[in-house]
Amino acid sequence: MTELLRVNFLGIDFRNPLVLASGILGTSPSLMERAAREGAGGITSKSAGPVPRAGHANPVCLAWGNSVINAVGLTNPGCAEELPLLIETKKRLRALGVPLIASLFAGRAQEFGEVAKVIAQAEPDLIEVNISCPNVASDFGTPFSASAGTAAEVTRQVRAAVNLPISVKLAPNVPDIGRIAQAVAAEGADAITAINTVPAMLIDADAGKPVLKNKTGGLSGAAIKPVALRAVWEIAQMVEIPIIGTGGIASGLDAAEMIMAGASLVGVGSAVALEGAGAFARIAAELEEFMLARGYASPEAMRGLALPGNEAKNG
Amino acid sequence: MGDQARQGLMTAFEVAAVLVENARTRTLLFKGRLENAQPGQFVMAWLPEIGEKPFSVASAIPLALTISDVGPVSHALNSLEAGDKVWIRGPFGQGYRLTGERHLLVGGGYGAAPLAFLAKAALQKGQQVSVCLGAKSEAELLMTRRLEGMGVLLRVATEDGSHGNMGLVTKIVEEAISEDQPDTLYACGPTGMLMALADLCRQRRLPCQLSFEGLMRCGVGLCGACELAEDLCVQLGLGGGWLACHDGPVAFLG
Repeated sequence: MTELLRVNFLGIDFRNPLVLASGILGTSPSLMERAAREGAGGITSKSAGPVPRAGHANPVCLAWGNSVINAVGLTNPGCAEELPLLIETKKRLRALGVPLIASLFAGRAQEFGEVAKVIAQAEPDLIEVNISCPNVASDFGTPFSASAGTAAEVTRQVRAAVNLPISVKLAPNVPDIGRIAQAVAAEGADAITAINTVPAMLIDADAGKPVLKNKTGGLSGAAIKPVALRAVWEIAQMVEIPIIGTGGIASGLDAAEMIMAGASLVGVGSAVALEGAGAFARIAAELEEFMLARGYASPEAMRGLALPGNEAKNG
Repeated sequence: MGDQARQGLMTAFEVAAVLVENARTRTLLFKGRLENAQPGQFVMAWLPEIGEKPFSVASAIPLALTISDVGPVSHALNSLEAGDKVWIRGPFGQGYRLTGERHLLVGGGYGAAPLAFLAKAALQKGQQVSVCLGAKSEAELLMTRRLEGMGVLLRVATEDGSHGNMGLVTKIVEEAISEDQPDTLYACGPTGMLMALADLCRQRRLPCQLSFEGLMRCGVGLCGACELAEDLCVQLGLGGGWLACHDGPVAFLG
């Protein structure tokens, strides 16, 4: 990898814009180190919550074609136990020059701040606030991402709790994601991550039953790329803060399109599950090839090209 | 599994027959094949509203799974009869790769489940197959009669001496290495046994393929649940972050 792919995101140096998305392999220092060694530009850890959670019973995940559905259910050891793992991960990633994004969730707005304080002790480069997991409504009710008011309240709590930069992860299944992004930005979020998985389900006709133990889950992979592009494109028109665009990115062209929708960094998740961590090096090489062919000197040079008003820059 | 669109999703298989292996282990023989399954690979077996667990493939043509009753899902699977259905997705993971011409297969406890399938593949090539099976006692041995019937060189060890040699399987493995001169060792069983075999193979300069058990949840390399502990990865010379479902279950050493 060359300097061509380098991104400055909130003053943090990323060697390439491809970030391991939360919930994929982010459970241990060794797995996160592996993803970094295999080419990820940044690593997001699996969301940590206030207390340990076993998550849902199997089946929790199915991968078919280029898409994945999952309802793992926020399995995590709780933030107190997660902290030493994040400290170790940060140490290993620092040696590789790869930033750590620590994801967290909670059941009540105030708890988000409490978990953030614990997680912040690991000194991650960025805290990602997961207010949009679609698979835990049975425990936590409607996700905080469902309205601008609740999303803003969580952001306020985390903002008050920590000095580290924070990115708030939004859900796609809302009437106006741009307005929610605006509300979050107004409360001091430094960045937006969009999107989380799309609520979905599988039913097996032979069985006449839902397949996932949780009945419903979150869809990711190729099926949701157009949904993610649209969400990022909307958000980019409503806020000035940078965006981590996530959803269905599996090739260099996918990544370029997400950047053209307005994203500064690009999350990669399902592609890693479907192909292995080697997906990072392949996507980075494809993105670099595209940029060289088109004469883009940096990801920033093509960011937002597809946004209204940028037509003149294109071409 | 002819329909490519269903790859990765479940397909219902009907149980054709049930074979009793021992007091708490049965083999479900299905109508239908999983033609692309290799020995050492696994499938996820689902019973709607009960749950889903990973099982190594005991036979591909026809599909068969050998299941020990150790929890609610395996208990339900073990209670099935001919005509019942099981929903299968897979095969997943890296299976064994027959290497050389003389093969030594080692099974510890339930780890014997995939070995008859592997033995059959080697015997079909006209190659030499030795098998060492170990268990706590005779009652927990699996596959002894089936393997004997196939014409392999079989050695058995039980910890209480109720069948074959008294002691751990590693002792008869040493004997088999010296006497049968295998080119490769293939093993499936508890982690402690696999680590001991890895040591032994390193000393004897014998390449080995070890199938590790993991707590598999997603089955496809997403959730991280089946990661092999980092200290074991280091001991084995595997890179860190080794996932039993995606990088394994079979680890290739030496």
